[in-house]
Amino acid sequence: MSQVLYIFIPMLAAIFVPFLYKSVKNIHTGWFVLAVPATLAIIYATYIAKVAKGEVFLAELPWIPSLDISVVSYLDGLSLLFSLLITGIGSLVVLYSIFYLDKHKEKLHNFYVYLLLFMTAMLGVVQSDHLITLYFFWELTSISSFLLIGYWYTRDASRFGALKSMIITVGGGLMMLGGFILLYLMGDTYSIRELIAMAPELMQHPWFTWSLVLILLGAFTKSAQFPFYIWLPDAMEAPTPVSAYLHSATMVKAGIYLVARFTPIFAVSELWVWLVTGVGLLTLFWGSFFAVKQTDLKGILAFSTVSQLGLIMSLLGAGAVAFHVNGAADTVFKYAAFAAIFHLINHATFKGSLFMIAGIIDHETGTRDIRKLGGLMSIMPLSFTVAAIGTFSMAGLPPFNGFLSKEMFLTAMLSLQNFDLFGFDTWGVLFPIVAWVASIFTFIYSFYFVFHTFSGKYKPEQLPHKPHEAPIGMLISPMILAAFVVTIFFIPNIIGDTFVKPAVYAIQPFLYSAPGDIDIHVQAWHGLSPELFMTIGIVLVGVLLFVALPKWQGLYNAFPRALTLNNFYDKIMLGLDVGLNRVSRLYMTGSMRHYLLYMFSAIVVIVIGTLIVKDAFTFTFKGAAPIHPYGVILIIVLICGTCIALLAKSRLTAIIGLGAVGYTVALFFVIFNAPDLALTQLVIETISVALFLLAFYHLPKLGKSEERIRFQVNRAIISVAVGVMVTLVALSAHSQKLVPSISKYYEETVYSLAGGGNIVNVILVDYRGFDTLFEIAVLSIAGIGILAMIKLRMNRKGKAHENK
Amino acid sequence: MEILMAFTIGFLFMAAVYLILSKSLLRIIIGTGLLSHGAHLLILTMGGLGGEAPPVLDEGAKTFADPLPQALILTAIVISFGVTAFFLVLAYRSYQELETDDISLMRGSDEDE
Amino acid sequence: MRTNDVILQFTAKIVFFIIFFFSIHIFMAGHYTPGGGFVGGLLTASAIVLLVLAFDLKTVRSVLPINYTYLTAIGLLLALGTAAFPMLLGKPFFTHFFDYYNLPLLGKQSLHTAMLFDGGVYCVVVGVTMTIIQTIGEDE
Repeated sequence: MSQVLYIFIPMLAAIFVPFLYKSVKNIHTGWFVLAVPATLAIIYATYIAKVAKGEVFLAELPWIPSLDISVVSYLDGLSLLFSLLITGIGSLVVLYSIFYLDKHKEKLHNFYVYLLLFMTAMLGVVQSDHLITLYFFWELTSISSFLLIGYWYTRDASRFGALKSMIITVGGGLMMLGGFILLYLMGDTYSIRELIAMAPELMQHPWFTWSLVLILLGAFTKSAQFPFYIWLPDAMEAPTPVSAYLHSATMVKAGIYLVARFTPIFAVSELWVWLVTGVGLLTLFWGSFFAVKQTDLKGILAFSTVSQLGLIMSLLGAGAVAFHVNGAADTVFKYAAFAAIFHLINHATFKGSLFMIAGIIDHETGTRDIRKLGGLMSIMPLSFTVAAIGTFSMAGLPPFNGFLSKEMFLTAMLSLQNFDLFGFDTWGVLFPIVAWVASIFTFIYSFYFVFHTFSGKYKPEQLPHKPHEAPIGMLISPMILAAFVVTIFFIPNIIGDTFVKPAVYAIQPFLYSAPGDIDIHVQAWHGLSPELFMTIGIVLVGVLLFVALPKWQGLYNAFPRALTLNNFYDKIMLGLDVGLNRVSRLYMTGSMRHYLLYMFSAIVVIVIGTLIVKDAFTFTFKGAAPIHPYGVILIIVLICGTCIALLAKSRLTAIIGLGAVGYTVALFFVIFNAPDLALTQLVIETISVALFLLAFYHLPKLGKSEERIRFQVNRAIISVAVGVMVTLVALSAHSQKLVPSISKYYEETVYSLAGGGNIVNVILVDYRGFDTLFEIAVLSIAGIGILAMIKLRMNRKGKAHENK
Repeated sequence: MEILMAFTIGFLFMAAVYLILSKSLLRIIIGTGLLSHGAHLLILTMGGLGGEAPPVLDEGAKTFADPLPQALILTAIVISFGVTAFFLVLAYRSYQELETDDISLMRGSDEDE
Repeated sequence: MRTNDVILQFTAKIVFFIIFFFSIHIFMAGHYTPGGGFVGGLLTASAIVLLVLAFDLKTVRSVLPINYTYLTAIGLLLALGTAAFPMLLGKPFFTHFFDYYNLPLLGKQSLHTAMLFDGGVYCVVVGVTMTIIQTIGEDE
């Protein structure tokens, strides 16, 4: 129970943020917010020891019991690891943001509310065992990410980036929902645990592949895999703490999480192995290749994140291979899943610190354009140290944690060529090659990032601010992360036993009976293995290419702009915009009369169609009231009045015609025994005429109707059709009384129960009092509307553009 | 009587729709007025026009006119008054602002979104 | 709309009171005989409209200094309050109460909470109608 509440703590805390922001002006709101993730991190840390033994914790909070929907918090190795990342990195990011965002200039309450909302959403994603709530939290992360990217909403680029990420990730989320629903239909349960337990049966189901592809689409869009990665570089418009948090450490890993979580269900499929590994590897290569092209510091990091996410994804795909190999626990394939989780942790540490450094450089120099930067090493030595640690780890050099996971990655890729199912025996050789090439580019952009910023020529004239070292508070968070980067290299097995193995156990539950059974020991040195030679090759080729970078970087511009995915996205969005606009403009002419024409035609078609289809039209004279002599006279008067109103050439005549009709209707009420109606109608008609006369001077004169013949004909046809339809309905209603009137009840009870005599009035104030209540409400609204239209005139001003 | 009324109501509706589809604002308002009259009569007719006495408890009367349609119509009359008044003001305000009563000219242009 | 028709103004004064009292009667009697809040309210409004036509808005306003928007609001609150009151007693929304009393002079009469509700309707109808007429009439 309380375990579920932990998920919602950030969201509840968010309620107080605006008040704190308003009332406590002197203290940066971030200090209050910091307490939330820090507390949660400590709470989750207490679970570590038990979860490392293989225990799981489950708590449930019913949400919509009638639909079997509940919020479930399920903590096993995998979700605990993610929860710790979310709260741990979250604390560091909040700490960093306190120094990054100015408390006077920025709308901190917005920022922290969104951030806390995101925290809840993300904790919900990784802990939910229930498919529907998982989806709910999933989309909530997209929404909070949208809000955070668009935080500086007066910038065009922010809004564009926010919208792009929203469209792509929410679109993917919808696909995923489809996959979830298929899973539910197949397994008849929303619980992921139960679905995993029945995985072998699910596989036989014809919808299995569909749900697999749909869920993967959700994961790929969220984790910025090829070709959906295009939203991530644009998301860099967000404030840097957000980029460090959402777009490198946590949210983009939700897709990874999803793939890892569903591996036990889908890994049996050949398609899964191919898609996850292939797309991951392609993304790895693509991201690293294009990272070198970027000139924006955060752009480089964005593409690098894309590429690293691809790496983890491909490792998870390779980890799924273990499901197809007999005795997998003893073979080399077991490394893949371990490496995936291990690299996920490492990536969060070094990429988080790098983003923070990019933010620091932006903050201190005023630019993130790498062409303007250079030679900052002596000015910002601390930042340089942290950046160097981060980039070397990213490049896969010892003694940093990236080296370890990079080695394991190469091991996993090398082993894929020995895998002899699904055609891997022919294509498998490509995997290590692509991995190797991508690693070279990773090496290059890592060096590019750090050396083009911190070494080289110092160009103060190109920098908006005079640079100096960042305040120490801002450096604390990246330094802590950098410390992790180094520490993990020296104690990989402690991290492995406490965090990675329980998570691997969650991904491959069939292979092991407890996390302790996973006999993987991470070593920095494992002899003169192929992996080591590959690494040496990476460093050699990487250094060569990096030195020659200025010579070949221009090649990127040869890549035609028209063929990029971004261009493709823009074209689609523009095409949708223009195309749909054109389609709707076909019928949305802006002319009220056309719309009315549609409506009336629709009514006629539907009603007459129903009459025909249901064979509802009947006609009989039986039961008709006798023809009233006055009635006939009134009908004649009524028709005359209608004709006057219809054909009148002047305003006055038309109004008189309408008035005549109104009074005749009142007389009808008289002869049909409806005294209340007659009274009301008479008075209303009088007041209406007075109203028309009051407004008379303001009203336009009736012009001659100059219509095009075609519209006139349409108009005549439609009006006759409506007339005929109403007549038919009235006749049928008269001719078939299926049930007796419920008025009998009113007649019987009006005196005894309601204490009244006038049934109509009693119905109004008592039996159907609700109608009357709403009616007077409507009447009041009409009155207020009129008052507003006349008294409160809008002054015509051009609206201010929202861009500053 | 109901049969005759049915045709009368049909005629009222026809005239109303014809007016509503015209260009001039005032004609449209008059059209809506006719439409509500037609609707009231329709409801009354559908409930049956028999009944010897008004739906008021009184010693001696045996069959009442159906009170329910009457209650509905009473509500409708007042509402349609409110709506007509609203339309009227809307019409003359837009005439003041736009200097035309031709609704075919009153359409949102592409510029203002 | 300024007219100096003495006969019209004189008649209007008298007729106003006739219509006004008739409207009150119609409103009160509504539960047992034709009438009720709607008709009563409309009649009252039409009586005031008659005054407006015979004199002009300014004069009428000085004679009857009523803020009709407030009247509408009061009516809505009265109706809603009557409907909601039974909830305080644990009864469903819109439960009405009534009883018969023998009052001096008037004889056997019923007192009815539906009457209060109808009073709300009456106020709203008068308020809205007069708001409409007044705003249109004042607008230049």
